[in-house]
Amino acid sequence: MATHRRPLSPHLQVYRPQLTSVLSILHRATGIVLSIGTLLLVYWLAAIALGPETHATAQNILGSWFGLLLLFLWSWALFYHLSNGIRHLFWDAGQGFELSTAYQSGYAVVVSSLVLTVLAWVLAFST
Amino acid sequence: MAELRLPKNSRIGVGKRHTAPEDAKRSKAFRVYRWNPDSGENPQIDTYVLDLDDCGPMVLDALIKIKNEIDPTLTFRRSCREGICGSCAMNIDGTNTLACTKAIEEIEDDVAIYPLPHMSVVKDLVPDMTHFYAQYSSIKPWMQTQTPPPPDRERLQSKEDRAELDGLYECILCACCSTSCPSYWWNGDRYLGPAVLLQAYRWIADSRDEYTGERLDDLSDPFRLYRCHTIMNCTKTCPKGLNPAKAIATVKKMMVERR
Repeated sequence: MATHRRPLSPHLQVYRPQLTSVLSILHRATGIVLSIGTLLLVYWLAAIALGPETHATAQNILGSWFGLLLLFLWSWALFYHLSNGIRHLFWDAGQGFELSTAYQSGYAVVVSSLVLTVLAWVLAFST
Repeated sequence: MAELRLPKNSRIGVGKRHTAPEDAKRSKAFRVYRWNPDSGENPQIDTYVLDLDDCGPMVLDALIKIKNEIDPTLTFRRSCREGICGSCAMNIDGTNTLACTKAIEEIEDDVAIYPLPHMSVVKDLVPDMTHFYAQYSSIKPWMQTQTPPPPDRERLQSKEDRAELDGLYECILCACCSTSCPSYWWNGDRYLGPAVLLQAYRWIADSRDEYTGERLDDLSDPFRLYRCHTIMNCTKTCPKGLNPAKAIATVKKMMVERR
């Protein structure tokens, strides 16, 4: 009797997304976004160093609606990664492992990342 | 590297549909993963519509009813039907749990039933647990001592020391937690996973065991222990309400403190 090669049971395809896993993958994604965003920062610094013309070009690109959108997402990634990083520090100290606490801290991270992002942009445009 | 898609032979097709009896007042559809090792075909989802007025309250009751009355080829593991043996662990309604303690009424839509995720499938809802058990045996899940036991009695433990094992000894090794863990999905060949790490900690925490140092040495490895990224799917899904994530964090802390 021939037995065929065993299949792999479905995983990502069927597992319900939940706060635990979604915030975890967001932490990794925002980490990657931050690394890429650093290139933008390097470009801006290099543009300053190269003189007033390149600086003006950089300011134009970053000041366009698309540039601002990138900066907005980058700033949110920064505040999310920061907030969730602090959550991870508590975990590393052995704190906050009860499921209810982990959910509360998870929601707190989402709220604080949004509030800090909006606050930063309000401050940036009001000065 | 994580392989996010299913291999070609594992992609799931649509299977047969078995309708409810005509006089059914409370019908509910159960969409069940099927794979027959003898057919050579890909896995498929068979749908069985049952009358809940003529069925027990738990998902396991529905599976047994399907096997007894509609399709005797449906294959799954079950034994105690009361959440103590861990045999009927499977993915129900998107999360891992025991079919015998999961009430059908808790599920609003059709009841989707798959084998434990990212496992090699033996048949239908039966995954191959060989690797999981081998990992369990690798942590030496028995008491190890150097000092001889007292001649006239067992090795005793204070009530406080015994209490350290609460939340650990209740684990029934159903593998719901390990197979809910994305890290275990991608690195299960080398990462021990939440269930086995909770068991490892169960022996580290035992006041009578004298090999704590060696046990920590064995776990001190970038893969065996440190693939845990505190996702906490394990704690979220444990049908016994245990906290593998906390046990793993305690082991990580002990690693730092003993330096």
